[in-house]
Amino acid sequence: MPTFVYMTRCDGCGQCVDICPSDIMHIDTTVRRAMNIEPNMCWECYSCVKACPHQAIDVRGYADFAPLGHSVRVLRDEEKGVIAWRIKSRNGSIDLNLLAPITTKPWGEFIPQLKNVPAPSAEMRASQLLYNEPKYIRLDDGDLHTLESNGLKMKEGVYY
Amino acid sequence: MGYNTIVEDNIDVLVCGAGLGGTGAAWEARYWGQNKKIVIAEKANIDRSGAVAQGLYAINCYMGTRFGENNPEDHVRYARMDLMGMVREDLLFDMARHVDSAVHQFEEWGLPLMRNPKTGAYQREGRWQIMIHGESYKPIVAEAAKKSADKVYNRICVTHLLMDDSKENRVAGAVGFNVRTGDYHVFKSKTVIVGAGGASNIFKPRSVGEGAGRVWYAPWSSGSAYGLMIGAGAKMTQMENRIVLARFKDGYGPVGAYFLHLKTYTQNCNGEEYESKWFPALTEMVGKEYLDTEGQHLSHKPIPTCLRNHAFISEVNAGRGPIHMVTMEAFQDPHLEEIGWHNFLGMTVGQAVLWAATDVNPKYENPELTTSEPYVMGSHATGCGAWCSGPEDLSPPEYFWGYNRMTTVEGLFGAGDAVGGTPHAFSSGSFTEGRLAAKAACQYIDDGKANGIRVSQEQIDRRKAEIYKPMDHYRIFRNEITAGSVNPKYINPRQGLDRLQKLMDEYCGGVTVNYMTNEKLLHIGLKKMKALEEDLEKVAAENVHELLRAWELKHRHLSAEAVFHHTLFRKETRWPGYYYRGDAMKLDDANWHVLTVSRRDPKTGEYTMEKAPCYHIITDAEEKAA
Repeated sequence: MPTFVYMTRCDGCGQCVDICPSDIMHIDTTVRRAMNIEPNMCWECYSCVKACPHQAIDVRGYADFAPLGHSVRVLRDEEKGVIAWRIKSRNGSIDLNLLAPITTKPWGEFIPQLKNVPAPSAEMRASQLLYNEPKYIRLDDGDLHTLESNGLKMKEGVYY
Repeated sequence: MGYNTIVEDNIDVLVCGAGLGGTGAAWEARYWGQNKKIVIAEKANIDRSGAVAQGLYAINCYMGTRFGENNPEDHVRYARMDLMGMVREDLLFDMARHVDSAVHQFEEWGLPLMRNPKTGAYQREGRWQIMIHGESYKPIVAEAAKKSADKVYNRICVTHLLMDDSKENRVAGAVGFNVRTGDYHVFKSKTVIVGAGGASNIFKPRSVGEGAGRVWYAPWSSGSAYGLMIGAGAKMTQMENRIVLARFKDGYGPVGAYFLHLKTYTQNCNGEEYESKWFPALTEMVGKEYLDTEGQHLSHKPIPTCLRNHAFISEVNAGRGPIHMVTMEAFQDPHLEEIGWHNFLGMTVGQAVLWAATDVNPKYENPELTTSEPYVMGSHATGCGAWCSGPEDLSPPEYFWGYNRMTTVEGLFGAGDAVGGTPHAFSSGSFTEGRLAAKAACQYIDDGKANGIRVSQEQIDRRKAEIYKPMDHYRIFRNEITAGSVNPKYINPRQGLDRLQKLMDEYCGGVTVNYMTNEKLLHIGLKKMKALEEDLEKVAAENVHELLRAWELKHRHLSAEAVFHHTLFRKETRWPGYYYRGDAMKLDDANWHVLTVSRRDPKTGEYTMEKAPCYHIITDAEEKAA
């Protein structure tokens, strides 16, 4: 069932329900804990696994082609900006620990509020430029590419 | 129905679907419309929605003009060749000349881009791809969109666009429902930017049990980009150009980093190279212009994706499967081994799960590859989508009607999968298209083009009744039977999806028929599609979650119907390896060097097809040494 939820770890907080892109993590009305209601619409994207504050959600590979007895676990830490994985294969011959950065900056702080930046001029509006351009295209004094600047000529369209 | 109606009025820019295209649109719209009201309607949670929800390990569209690597025209030549000539070069050039500025901002926002320690430039995976630690790519761009938007409505399934009741063919907003509360949502807006997704799961997948979730494109990509725009009467282009992917078997893990960075390669079951032996016959099919193996070898031009698929499919049919990816050499290097695994963990965790489950260690064993079921989308090596205007300074008259990325419906814009003829945009290019659409949408409003829009109560009420009909239908007919899912008066969304997938597969060139179809099959398929359309009026939803699946199915059906009509119209085999017209097995440049354009009349459901000229704006001229 791709993702599943351990009964003794889930407290029904609903973080997984909140994040699931496929709308398949729901709270079961009897046990009042989370469950995957539609395994064949689960992408194994791990969004819910990463979001669970109790590590109560795990993945068991698709029954169509994945034998039992494997494990791919994850811990994602926004504060430290890293994600840690552990992969264990069915026969135990693979046991990997892998670490990767997820961001280089504190969350959201380096994204400007465009409401407060100087408004675009009339020339800018009439041009082909977007916000922060042309500077951000090449991070030098170069301008936007056009057919003319790149020495290109339009050829006639072909119908047949 | 006991659901509330929630109206959000006076919106200037409404973004429907906030994946990479939609987040780019919402972010940029704030700059050009600092006092405008920007609202996002997203089917899931914007922090993890769209095709990039689980992350990416590469940005596949980056020019690197800053490092002297490529110019926009180089990318146009590449995409054009990969798509066998059929692209919108104005839109491609426009995307390519802006895309680097998006990527540079991503880095500033915190997205970890890898650097080449020797050159200081971004770490290249291939000519166009740069490597990233992109687990949080989507949460990062979502932060940007949230900063710009006045309001983000999560968990709204947008079902229809609203149309202006005072002026024909002008958009006026959108409607949908909250997939948790069930409430009816009405968004009245001067412009709409559709950033919704392409379509997975319209062709029968190779795995039909639980594994149906492990489709290549996200299972939540329900073709809503096309469903919404076709439903509003927008013209579509290149909808026949579905894509088939050669990927790691069952898990559909990505192969790009393996081929390009790890330098792994493929071979048949006997350990032989197999691609080149299929090329002479293939050159006869498509012509020397499209597959000149010697010339392409000399110029280091890559072989088009579909043609490599063709060699793969042919070799398997000849009895020399499976095709293996030779990883055993590269994986002896511990650094490359780690990259091989990180690549999956960053974007397709399911492939790592599968290798762990089957004890596949690519260091000691060469994993199997397969060709996937077809997908309909517009930002990978395929260009399905709406027929949109290009920018003023690049577009010939047939491609230009006033506002960049505006569809043939006034005030309706597209980004990402929604825009046709722009393959190889990927994540960064889709975000860039969103930015371009946002600027144009603000200009459209400032030019007074959205004045005097009127939405009648009749339209709002009619859509509401339509949206909840599957739930009414369930309630009315459920008690005719004792229990279970077999009912003579309705089908449920899963049953409808199974039928759609089966008939797309068998009549429109799916995997069980080796991607083969012809005119006779397409006509039969269309007849069955009509019957399915009638039955979709009787689809039943037991609860709000099933209502979501019902509307996703309706969007998939509209997308699929367009694929049928386009495939029927183009009487040639333009992309062998994506699909074959058995009754026209050759590429036919004399008659079909054109873009196909369709329109479905929203009132009658009738299709009209036309040919549009294919402008080669960029000359073949000599590429600089890469």
